[in-house]
Amino acid sequence: MDAKVFVYAVHKDGQADDSALELLAAAGTLFPGCAPTALVTGAGSAVAAVAKELAAAFPEVWSFDAASLAYPNAELLRPLLVKALPAGAVVLLPHTTLGMDLGPGLSVKLGAAYVPDVVAADGLEGATLKVVRQEYAGQVSAHVTADVSGGAVLTVRGGAFRPGTPAASGRIVDQSALAEGLTARRKFVEVIAAEAGDIDITREDVLVSVGRGIGEQENLELVHDLAKAMGAAVSCSRPLVDAKWLEKARQVGTSGQTVKPKVYLALGISGSFQHLGGLKGNPFLVAINKNPKAPIFQVATVGIVGDLLELLPVLTEKIRKG
Amino acid sequence: MEILVCVKRVPDSAENEISVEAGGADIRRDDLTYSVNEWDNYAVEEAIQIVEREGGNVTVVSLGDGETEEVVRREMAMGANQGLLLVDPAFEGSDGAGVASILKAAVQKGAYDLVLTGALADDGAAQVGGMLAAMLDWPYASVVNRVEVKGGNTLLIGREIEGGAQEVSEIQTPCVLSIQTGINEPRYVGIRGIRKVASVEIPVLTAAGLGLDPAAIGAAGARVKRVDYFVPPAGAGADMLTGSNEELASQLVELLKAKGGLK
Repeated sequence: MDAKVFVYAVHKDGQADDSALELLAAAGTLFPGCAPTALVTGAGSAVAAVAKELAAAFPEVWSFDAASLAYPNAELLRPLLVKALPAGAVVLLPHTTLGMDLGPGLSVKLGAAYVPDVVAADGLEGATLKVVRQEYAGQVSAHVTADVSGGAVLTVRGGAFRPGTPAASGRIVDQSALAEGLTARRKFVEVIAAEAGDIDITREDVLVSVGRGIGEQENLELVHDLAKAMGAAVSCSRPLVDAKWLEKARQVGTSGQTVKPKVYLALGISGSFQHLGGLKGNPFLVAINKNPKAPIFQVATVGIVGDLLELLPVLTEKIRKG
Repeated sequence: MEILVCVKRVPDSAENEISVEAGGADIRRDDLTYSVNEWDNYAVEEAIQIVEREGGNVTVVSLGDGETEEVVRREMAMGANQGLLLVDPAFEGSDGAGVASILKAAVQKGAYDLVLTGALADDGAAQVGGMLAAMLDWPYASVVNRVEVKGGNTLLIGREIEGGAQEVSEIQTPCVLSIQTGINEPRYVGIRGIRKVASVEIPVLTAAGLGLDPAAIGAAGARVKRVDYFVPPAGAGADMLTGSNEELASQLVELLKAKGGLK
């Protein structure tokens, strides 16, 4: 299939996000031999700078520079892309909160198939694209096929495709005129930064991180005791913040903090990609979980299948005694 | 405000180990406990809170099979006024677009100002809300963690974006919002609450009742299909420790000492 493939390139502070080159790699793997076009939207000099940067990797870059595009509002980007893209286009987006906002509706408006959160390619036969996704928070994977004869919108998980070292001298096409007259019934107001908490877990070398597997709120005492004995800080995964058991500032993950500890204890944390997305620097990772199939054991250095409520007090006592 | 909340009955992945049947046709479903999708539960709570402040009605809709009714009834027991079930063998095998087109037909049977979904469900696709909005030609916002009614047809909403920041927007109704966990604290539903709604009749709509062409939905209309489930070959994975709790603790202390995990 001779697909015309487009990559939506996210950028910040005048530089392309890592996702742009990952999506370029994904495009080449999913649609061998395609010549992807990067789409850069924004306002002001950043657009030209990013377009120039990406022209060194993509054979073609379309730039859309308009005041209305200063913030990437999916409700404006969707009609813009519908106007700009040719029939049967394949669009790759990062599987981020922007991709989730833009992608599903874009597929409907383009009349294209939608495949979210692609983690691997599994071949292209005619107009049937085969990919790998994950379900049940990463506990199982699935082979998925999509009929892409009418185009496709795919969101791609961060880190799933390793960026190459592409060299191109791509053509930059100014498509800004297409942004004229766009309207949306959702208007961007502002971004409110995350509240700073009493603790900055991003600066800690040793984190004792706790997840839903701790069971009851009162069991957190065991975690605090262990952290205290170790001289470590307590962090957590999302469900504990949702339950209001621990403050947002302690949350590790894509919707929380990105941490780079030397040692990370994952207690009752299953290891969703959203959680692992906030854990960088390849720490010594100890996972304790009652579920032997928890995805965290795939990435941990050391694992224990066990009961936190029984093991933690013994461990704490042993550390206290030195 | 008339609010429709779309909910899904799913295996509770916090309570279950999910494994794959031989051959990969499905996950192993014996012994699974099912519940309402966690995100959807927050969506129902949010709808009820909006109606408590602004007046109106909350309807809970679910696409499923005979088992789905218990989930709708549980959500009604939280305080939703009405339930609606969409059940038809023709719906089976629908892809995200199929589910969204079935829900679109249900939305158009009513007069809703606002449709809420959970941000995602068991398949992690996070797709139905956005597709539904596009099919209705309504504005959409995903991963919403704040909703304030501003009067007129305007809502002030927050989206939870990367790094824990909140993107604030104004959106016009009617619209579709997909709700993120943590937006509220869903109320507890006791046995007594469920008994109270036990005899409330929940209408059931089929493909014909919704005016849908069976060829356009279900497996027949799906462009995206799951071929099989599988468990990826394990990588090197973790070095698994075994022993009594006493032995495990001793091994961990030695490892933590060696790696600088104890101060």
